[in-house]
Amino acid sequence: MQPPVEYITRIRDNYAKLGYKPYQWVMNESTPPWTPLRKPLSECRLGLVASGGIYVTGQVAFHFKDDVSFRTIPTTVKTSDLRTAHFAYDQTDARRDPNVVFPIDTLRRLVKEGFIGELADHFYTFMGGIYSSRRVAEELAPQLTERLLAERVDIALLVPV
Amino acid sequence: MGLIARHAEAAGIPTLCMGSALDILKAGKPPRAAFLDYPLGHTTGKPHEPELQREILRQALEGFNSLTVPGSIKMLPFRWSEEDEWKLTAMSTGDSRTPRHDTPQYQTEEDRRLAEASNPAACPVCEVSA
Repeated sequence: MQPPVEYITRIRDNYAKLGYKPYQWVMNESTPPWTPLRKPLSECRLGLVASGGIYVTGQVAFHFKDDVSFRTIPTTVKTSDLRTAHFAYDQTDARRDPNVVFPIDTLRRLVKEGFIGELADHFYTFMGGIYSSRRVAEELAPQLTERLLAERVDIALLVPV
Repeated sequence: MGLIARHAEAAGIPTLCMGSALDILKAGKPPRAAFLDYPLGHTTGKPHEPELQREILRQALEGFNSLTVPGSIKMLPFRWSEEDEWKLTAMSTGDSRTPRHDTPQYQTEEDRRLAEASNPAACPVCEVSA
C-alpha cells in the first residue's frame, strides 16, 4: 500500500516547469472554529459547496484565470444537464458521472432513505485553483456563507477536487 | 476549501470537508474532514458505482457525529485499487493542467451557444454568478 500522494510538492514542481508563479498554499495553523450539531443527521437540512467546476448547461462556464465566481445549482437539477469546466484535473469520469465530484444523486438517495433530513434548494459550485487567497477569504467565502445561511442549512458538506 | 469551511463554521454552520489530497486537507485544516484516498477528480467516488458512492458518503457524513476535535480528519477505508499503481502515475506524470484561459471553457459548443443566448453580457471574465 502506497502512502497518500504529496500534491503540494508535485503541483509546486509542475507550476515551476510551466513558468507559472508559485502557488501559495493556505497553511492554517490555528485551531479551526467549531459549531456543534444541533440535531441528528436524519433531521438536518444539508447544503453543499463543491469546487469541481460544475455548471448547468445554459449557465456561463468557468474560466481558468482566478475565477472567483460561483454557480447556483438547483437541487432538482437533471443530472444529465450538469457539465464541468476545470483546468486542473482529468474530467473524463466527472463528465461521465458528475456524482464523483458533485454527489447530487447520492445525496437525493440518502434523503429518500432518511439518512439525512433534506437538501437545501440550491447547491453552490466554483472552480478553485485561485491564486489570491485574499479574494477567497474576502469575497468567495463570505458570499458562499451568506448563501448557506440564506438556505437555512443545518450542516454543509464541502467537496473540493 | 479550508478557508470556506472555516468561514461557514465561524458563522454557525457545522461543516465537513471531504478531500482526496491529504496534504492539502491538512494544510487547510478545516473543522471536520474526511479523506478518501482516490485519484483527484473522484472526491466522492467512482463513476457509475452508486452503491459505492452511497457508502462513501454515508461514512463521510457520519463524521458529523464521530469527529469531536476541531481539525481532525476521518480516514475513509476505501481503496481505488489493490496495488495503488495510480499513485505512481500521479507522482511521476508531467502536468495535466490546461492553460489558464481567461474566457469561459465550455464542455460543449452547445453549452456555449445556450449560455451566450441567455446571457448577452456573458463577459469572458465575469465576476458575478449566473
